[in-house]
Amino acid sequence: MPDKKLKRVDLIFSEDSVYKDVLAESLKKSNEDILKDVLDSGLRGRGGAGFPTGLKWKFTSQEAEEEKYVVCNADEGEPGTFKDREILSRVPLKVFGGMAICGKVIGAKHGYVYLRGEYQFLKAELEKVLDEFHATLKEIGFDFQIHILMGSGAYICGEESALFESMEGKRGEPRNKPPYPTIAGFRNKPTVINNVETLVYSFMICRIGAQKFQELGTADSRGSKVFSISGDTPIAGIYELELGMSLEDFVEEFGDGDTKAVQVGGASGFCVPRKKFKDTIIGFEGVPTGGSMMLFNSSRSMYNVLKNYVEFFEEESCGQCTPCRVGCQQLKLGIEAVKKGDKSAAYLKTLQKLADTMKISSKCGLGQSVANSFYSIVDNFVEEMIY
Amino acid sequence: MANTVNLKIDGIDVSVEAGKTVLDAAKELNIHIPTLCYHEDLCVAGNCRVCVVEQEGARNLVASCAMPAQEGMIIHTNTHKVRNARRHVVELLLSEHNADCTKCYKNKNCELQDLASEMVINEHMFTDLVPIKNYTKDQQSPSIIKDDSRCIRCQRCVRTCSELQHVSALGVAYKGDHMKISTFFENPMYDVVCTNCGQCVNRCPTGALIEKNYIDQVWDAIYDKDKHVIVQTAPATRIALGEDLGMEPGEIVTGKMAASLRRLGFDSVLDTDFTADLTIMEEGTELLTRLKKALVDKDSSVKVPMFTSCSPGWIKFIEHQYPEYLENLSTCKSPQQMFGALAKTYYAQKKGLDPSKIVSVSIMPCTAKKFEAARPEMRDSGYQDVDLGITTRELAVMIKQAGMDFEKLPDEGFDSIMGDSTGAAVIFGATGGVMEAALRTAYELITGREVPFENLDITPVRGMEGVREASIKLEGLLPEWSFLEGVELKTAVAHGLTNAHQIMEAIKKGEANYHFVEVMGCPGGCIGGGGQPIPTTPEIRKKRAEAIYREDTGMKIRKSHENPEVAQIYKEFLGEPLGHKSHELLHTHYTKRKRH
Repeated sequence: MPDKKLKRVDLIFSEDSVYKDVLAESLKKSNEDILKDVLDSGLRGRGGAGFPTGLKWKFTSQEAEEEKYVVCNADEGEPGTFKDREILSRVPLKVFGGMAICGKVIGAKHGYVYLRGEYQFLKAELEKVLDEFHATLKEIGFDFQIHILMGSGAYICGEESALFESMEGKRGEPRNKPPYPTIAGFRNKPTVINNVETLVYSFMICRIGAQKFQELGTADSRGSKVFSISGDTPIAGIYELELGMSLEDFVEEFGDGDTKAVQVGGASGFCVPRKKFKDTIIGFEGVPTGGSMMLFNSSRSMYNVLKNYVEFFEEESCGQCTPCRVGCQQLKLGIEAVKKGDKSAAYLKTLQKLADTMKISSKCGLGQSVANSFYSIVDNFVEEMIY
Repeated sequence: MANTVNLKIDGIDVSVEAGKTVLDAAKELNIHIPTLCYHEDLCVAGNCRVCVVEQEGARNLVASCAMPAQEGMIIHTNTHKVRNARRHVVELLLSEHNADCTKCYKNKNCELQDLASEMVINEHMFTDLVPIKNYTKDQQSPSIIKDDSRCIRCQRCVRTCSELQHVSALGVAYKGDHMKISTFFENPMYDVVCTNCGQCVNRCPTGALIEKNYIDQVWDAIYDKDKHVIVQTAPATRIALGEDLGMEPGEIVTGKMAASLRRLGFDSVLDTDFTADLTIMEEGTELLTRLKKALVDKDSSVKVPMFTSCSPGWIKFIEHQYPEYLENLSTCKSPQQMFGALAKTYYAQKKGLDPSKIVSVSIMPCTAKKFEAARPEMRDSGYQDVDLGITTRELAVMIKQAGMDFEKLPDEGFDSIMGDSTGAAVIFGATGGVMEAALRTAYELITGREVPFENLDITPVRGMEGVREASIKLEGLLPEWSFLEGVELKTAVAHGLTNAHQIMEAIKKGEANYHFVEVMGCPGGCIGGGGQPIPTTPEIRKKRAEAIYREDTGMKIRKSHENPEVAQIYKEFLGEPLGHKSHELLHTHYTKRKRH
């Protein structure tokens, strides 16, 4: 049972009059001290996968290569996620600050922001702030350059290795792993790639210390997280909340009184039905999320919701690996056929087995996570799939 | 040992060199893991997912072709999970594949079909829901047919075209379920930078990329009583044809090939090797003439280095990519086209035949030869010089159609005239062979002595290194060639167009200072040509090359200028190398083409 209550937090968007001092002081600290803070804080990646940020930094710092990179993954494409846009609009300096600190720790001279194609409108302002930031770095006497690269609208380019391919001017297709980015990332050089939000938390950990951060959240999910809340809610928007709350508390706060399901983690996440709200923890020990929380009330057809997701994946698969490219097509065709009565309800089992295969044999996270929403929606709303 | 890793596959311990994959390790143990997108010649893609295996401790299955073997790994290749996943993958591929196998040219020579058969997939469970898609079948190229309905998107062709050939005529377009293998703006293959080399055809696991076959046209010609059908066979066909007819790579089947052609009903079975020798006479003379003009007369209009011109894939490559170097190409036609031009002139005269009644067929290890034969400038005899170019593979199909037991055929010789050849001609089939043959003749021509290599084997130009260099100091020359005295003749050999690109870039940057460069479009030279039996691997190409050199060693005459029929044709018909008649029939010009 969750023991945390829903609590709003104000770290990410907090006003920061002492920003420059924090940056200057952090850049003066030893790499070991910074690494220790980030490791001790328990911070895990906020893009969704939740890899411990300190470890990523540590592994990359241990590589002997001269040339290393920090990449900020701002290719925010998960359906229902819009928090990175807000972070970049409101506190870009903190993002850049996180990148510079990371650059110091791992020994990188260049950082890149890979900005979602649809966020082109943010670019001019970001570049202006970047000039200011570069001036500050110069004042501090730290040699680090940040560049902004635009994505072109492909969801798959949010996958880190496809993102590197895209940055290198190639078609955005995920690479084989290993090697991981900490060894061979952008231009096949050791690279830390962090989500926008993760970088801000890294910066804030340097500011408030690991201890303060650790006090928030649970053993598996330290700290707070920015949520993008949408769907059937009277108060849709961006909220920073402590991790570890129950979905029941969440729905009580944000629901419209008739919530029948919450899609946690966007199209690639899990659908939790009402009867499981109470026992579902939002965090890495329960249902993790990159921030997307979509609420559905009883007026919604979960078949339509699922079909929408599967169509999304069918279109956004890069197409290189078989399970994902063809599997997504088949899942879509399959649920349509069951709905129309062209296939019996038993075909849903066949499709679930197919989704299993996609989960365990697709090349990257995209194909591997299609099963999440497919399974959780089909299992929990099977009657809506058939009738 | 630091450089090996130990792992366990299906309960058996195995040690492999660090850097090897799980698939490599399984091979060591003779454990067969099915693959589709994997190809020994290409970088690992890991995209078909047929080769997945279970790794203890890993959440998901791993692609064995892409997963490095690691210390202490425990791998299972045949679990319930693995079998289910592989079966699903093959079923999914079949769901988007046009599986009317009996209508497919690759029927019984298809890796997807093999896998479906191995997995006993007798019901295509995902096929019924797939809507009919409008696939394109591009048949406009004279060399290659691209049928998207049979494509499984493994990208072997894409990797071949970019990595091995530096051509990138094929690429990936669109995403999701629309993802396809395409060309620049989806233009037809004949209208892009495709060199027709057919390396993609050699590596396509299904029937999505095949040669345009002219089997029926050849049969029609043979059955036409009114026609005199002659056939020429390229050097590299005789060491590979057997592979498609139940024999092992590296077996020399020259005699059986001649016998089979005669039994198929060709009126005269002749040899491209004859014109390979003739090429050496023309090209060798051209080289020496160029050197004199460039080095002695300081004539800046004469371009050095001179490039060989036998490989039509290379020719189209340079026409597209380096048109500023067209004048460096030897003006000599390829042996196929020299043969074609002479067949309907010299041969027709000697045999008293009406050239309009001659059908000239060529058996080539090459798909680009089909394009070459169709070039508008290749009509110097007054007719299309070569009417039908077919590949080694197509010949094998015809032999099977005719019901011959190829292995049991007797060894027969070629007919005359234009059937005699030398060891120098046969090595045209391997990378470095034209260079070696040219040096054997040119060196002797100007010094009066044999090349200073043991047993005439010019080993520095042999081998499978992508680019090889060799130089010979020209000393003690005959008086008429004394202007070349002391020159260090610098040569280079490249095979596969990526290596050609490398050499061209070096020349462009002024980093390379060659006199004579041999380029073959395909890896290994013609032995690895796009029309040769499938599969092709480095090992198979090595065996074919060894066979070529064995064939050379076994020949009575090993220098082109000693071919008696060559001497005869100069005496009776051509006059002298680079003479008027030669110029008319044996030399050509090139066309600048667009770069995309």
